[in-house]
Parts: sequence; structure tokens; C-alpha cells
Amino acid sequence: MSATAHAAPRPLGGLVLHQFRYELLAFWRNPQARFFTLALPVIFLVLLSSVFGNDTTRIGGHVVKQSTYYVGHIVALGVISASFVNLMIAITTQRESGILKRRRAAPISAWVLITGRALSSVVISVAIVVLLIVVGRLAYGVSLPGHTLPALAVAVVLGSAAFCALAFGLASFVASADAAQPVTQAVVLPLYFISGIFIPDKNIPGWLIDVADVFPVRHLAKAMFTSFDPATHGVGFSGRDLLVVAGWGVAGLVVALWRFSWVPRSK
Amino acid sequence: MGISPRTSSETPESQPGSATGQVDRPARKMAGEVVISVRGLRMAYGDFEAVRGIDLEIRHGEIFAFLGPNGAGKTTTVEILEGYRARSAGDVSVLGEDPGRADRDWRARVGVVLQESQVEPELTVRECLQLYAGYYPSPRAVDETIALVELAEKADARCGHLSGGQQRRVDVALALIGDPDLVFLDEPTTGFDPSARRAAWEVIEGLRRLGKTIFLTTHYMEEAEYLADRIAVLAVGQIVSEGTPQTLGGRDRGGSEIRFALPTGTERAQLPDGLGPNTEHAGRQVLVRTAEPVRALHVLSEWALAHGYRLDDISVGRPTLEEIYLRLTGAQQ
Repeated sequence: MSATAHAAPRPLGGLVLHQFRYELLAFWRNPQARFFTLALPVIFLVLLSSVFGNDTTRIGGHVVKQSTYYVGHIVALGVISASFVNLMIAITTQRESGILKRRRAAPISAWVLITGRALSSVVISVAIVVLLIVVGRLAYGVSLPGHTLPALAVAVVLGSAAFCALAFGLASFVASADAAQPVTQAVVLPLYFISGIFIPDKNIPGWLIDVADVFPVRHLAKAMFTSFDPATHGVGFSGRDLLVVAGWGVAGLVVALWRFSWVPRSK
Repeated sequence: MGISPRTSSETPESQPGSATGQVDRPARKMAGEVVISVRGLRMAYGDFEAVRGIDLEIRHGEIFAFLGPNGAGKTTTVEILEGYRARSAGDVSVLGEDPGRADRDWRARVGVVLQESQVEPELTVRECLQLYAGYYPSPRAVDETIALVELAEKADARCGHLSGGQQRRVDVALALIGDPDLVFLDEPTTGFDPSARRAAWEVIEGLRRLGKTIFLTTHYMEEAEYLADRIAVLAVGQIVSEGTPQTLGGRDRGGSEIRFALPTGTERAQLPDGLGPNTEHAGRQVLVRTAEPVRALHVLSEWALAHGYRLDDISVGRPTLEEIYLRLTGAQQ
């Protein structure tokens, strides 16, 4: 009503950063999110590399140390935990507890809220990947060649964004906050197993690999492993895999546009 | 200037006084202006019609209470007014716009306290308000808003660690942070203990002093009676009565009620003539509805004195708002 109610609109980028800051703060204050996102991937890496790390496996026709294999694949699990798992649980909980509904009442576009949220997941993804690389380097001597680093960075950012979009799409199918954690794990755990995250490719039957190839988890893992693979000589940019991951991200976005709900579903 | 950009030295209590120096206060400018106007509102879910033709008019500065049993269509109506829900039919204007097509400028002028919503558990009260303040073009000062809901000493506590009543006050603060002209309060004190409810009422009274228009839904008659300028009662999707707390349901015209128990050894037939035709009996309890309570009492006391009856439990009064409400909603159920 009053003229000053329409004071200078804040630039959209500033609002996204504003949202991002508080999302990151809330994440950091949540011990459960911190454990599942930051600690669990490190625990997986340490367990798998300690037990099987000194063995070797064949991948793409050449021999690789299993510790290298695991660092290159658990980083994908880290990205998926930080974006997909973390967001599925957070979105469902916030929707069911009415937090999303109230945010919607504020004069702010949905894109600001969604981009701010996704940006926090991308940053957390980068953090967990850096943490895993450092642990892999110090504990198991797994090195990351500098010439493949840009490709890895692209894979992390693109993978994280795509899995965020999938979470925004799939969260609408989870009916209650209690169901979020089990449903999400039921989606990702089997995919981790058949996509070569926990078990080297060589030990997985061909038909299961074919199934895994339909989904984005294996493609993200392959794209990220390329950067760690000593046989990679170029920049290690795995375009086809990243394209599949991006395709799934777009599909998630389409479902989100169609079904995303700001109000509790259980009422 | 609106009440938007204020300096932090201004406290809510100082508002009425300091207002004299300000020319363009909405409270003055918009006094009497229609803030919410609803004509023939209908909402159907499949075959079920939750709202069956509602008309409402709420003016600037009013506290309007919307009462009704669960399932009467209250929440559906409020959600349509808040812009959360589409409607099947009818004209709705809130702050001059159709809430179904409202833009961000409109949202900036509307504050919402939802019936069931938690506050961000990991953020402190102050952080939570800072987050929401960032969404608005000209928010209120954060610390001042915290003080308004009397949470100053909890400003640095995590919202997840607050009691239910304190979380609800954070809710109210979040609804106010954008300095709205209109505030929706959907059952704001449900689950409060009596003293917390009193405190909440004082906060809502404070909003009235700030010149806000308030749309309140509640289950508590004493809440509506204490706060509301006007009340509408909804039953099965229709408004069955509208008025002030004093006039709702013909409360002012329905006359008075005299209640007493039949003295031992007497029968109904022995009661004096002249109590009026509106006399009801429930067991040995007698209820006399009358527009002339003094005359009826006179007849009754003359009769009692003549026979030596004491009528120890006699009472005289208006029907309570609760009785009116039950009568209005009961007839429709």
C-alpha cells in the first residue's frame, strides 16, 4: 500500500545466496545430516579400501588397484548422498512439517528457494569429494592426476545438480517424513550394489550391469572414476556418461514441475 | 511511510504516540477500507462441496474471528484467501487482488500463521527471522519483532529447543517480519495452556495497535470474545451467523435466561403464571427465557416468598457465546 513497500527489489542472485547461506547453516547444525552425508561415505571408503584395497581388479581391459577403484567410485556415493539422499529427506520433512508451505507464503519465487537449496547441496558435494580424495591420498596413496581435475569438477557439479533435480521430482512420491529415509535408501542401496560402487564391475553379472546402465548412478560413478583411472591420458571427460546423468536430471525436473508440492501430502 | 521502515528505537508500545508525527500511516489512510471481500465463494472436492456459498466483508483494522467445527470448511476458506488453494466459484478480493492470481507484491503485504507448521529447528530464533526478513522488500527490524512476541531472551536459542508455545510465537513473528497489512492467524493458540493463551492474546492485541487487519480462526469461544470485533460462524460450508461477540446469533435480542431447580415437593404445574411462554424443563431444572428479566424475577420471587422456597441455585444471565455457538452449529450438523 505505502510507496516504500515497493522498495528496491533485491537482486535475484543475492536472494539465492541468502537462501544458500541459511540452508548450509541448517545442514551443518543437523547431526544426522552431517553423519549420513559427510561421515558415512568416509566410513565406506575406509572399510572397503582396508579390506579389499590391496587386491587388483580389471576395468576396461586394464588392471587397477582396488583402493583406486574405491576412491573413484565412493566419490559418486558421496555426491549422491549430499544431493539426492540429503534433499529427499530434507524436502519431505520440511514439506510435512509445514516449513515449505510457510516459505511459499513469502514474496519470493520458487526458483530462489530451489536454487538456494540445490546450491547448498552442490557445495556439500564438493566438500565430501575433497574429503574423500584427501583420505584416499593419505591413507591409501591414491593420487588424482591434475590433468583430469577439471573433468572431475564438472562431474561433481553436474552430478550433484542432476541428483538434486531427481530429489525434487521424487520427493513428491514420499508420503510422510517417516518414510523418507527408508524409501530413499531402498532406491539408492540396490543401485549402489549393481552400479559397482561397493563391488567392482568385474564381479557383477553382465545382465545386472545392463540394468544399472539404465540408471544414473553407474554413469556418474564411471564419469568420476575416469579422473582417477591411471589409464586415462587425456582430460578424462566422459561425455556420454555425463549426458545420461544430465538426462535423468532433466527428467527429475520435469516430474518436479508436474508434481512438486509445497503443502503436506499426509493431510 | 507505512509502518515499514522503522528505526529500532521505536518500540511497538511507542507506536500510537509516535504515530502523530507521521502523515501517511496506513492505519489512518485505510481506515474503513475493505480488505477482504468474498461473494458466493464455493469449493468442491469431487462430489463433496466443502464451501457452499460464503459472503464476507472485512475492513481495515478489524479483528475478524472465523468460527466453526472441524470439517465446516474453515481451513479451505482460509487457504483460498491466503492464495494456497483454487476455488470452484465466487468472487474473492484480498487487499484488492484475487489471491488465486496474486503476485509477490501482494504476498509481501500478507502475513500467515499456519495451523500446523514447525519452525526451522536448526536455526536460532534470530537466524530464522533474519532468513525470512531477507525475503521481503522492507522488513521490520528483527530484534524488535522478537521483542514484540516476547522472545527476547530466547533470541539465540535454537527453534527446535523451544516449547510449543514459544515456537508458535516464532510463527507469529515470522508472519510479522515482512510488516504485512493483513495477518491470517489459523488457530494460533491451539494446544496452549491458559497462561500462554493469555500471553498470545496480548500479542494479538498488540497487532491491533499496529493497525493490522487480522483474520483469526479459532475453536475457543473465549478467544473470539476477548479479541474479535466481529465473528462469523461457519457450519457445513455456510455462514450461519455473523455479528459482534455481543450480537452473534441474536445474543443481544434473545433476552436473558433465568435458571433454577424446582423446590422440593413442588411440580411444574405449581409454578406461577407470568414467567412467560419460553419456559423449558430438564428434569427438575427450569430455564426461563425472557426479554424482561426483572418482571419474571419479580413474579418468581413473589411466588417463592409466599411459599417459603429458597431457590438457592437461581442464576440470571445472557446465554454464553459458547451456548450460542453450539446452538448455531448444532442445528446444522
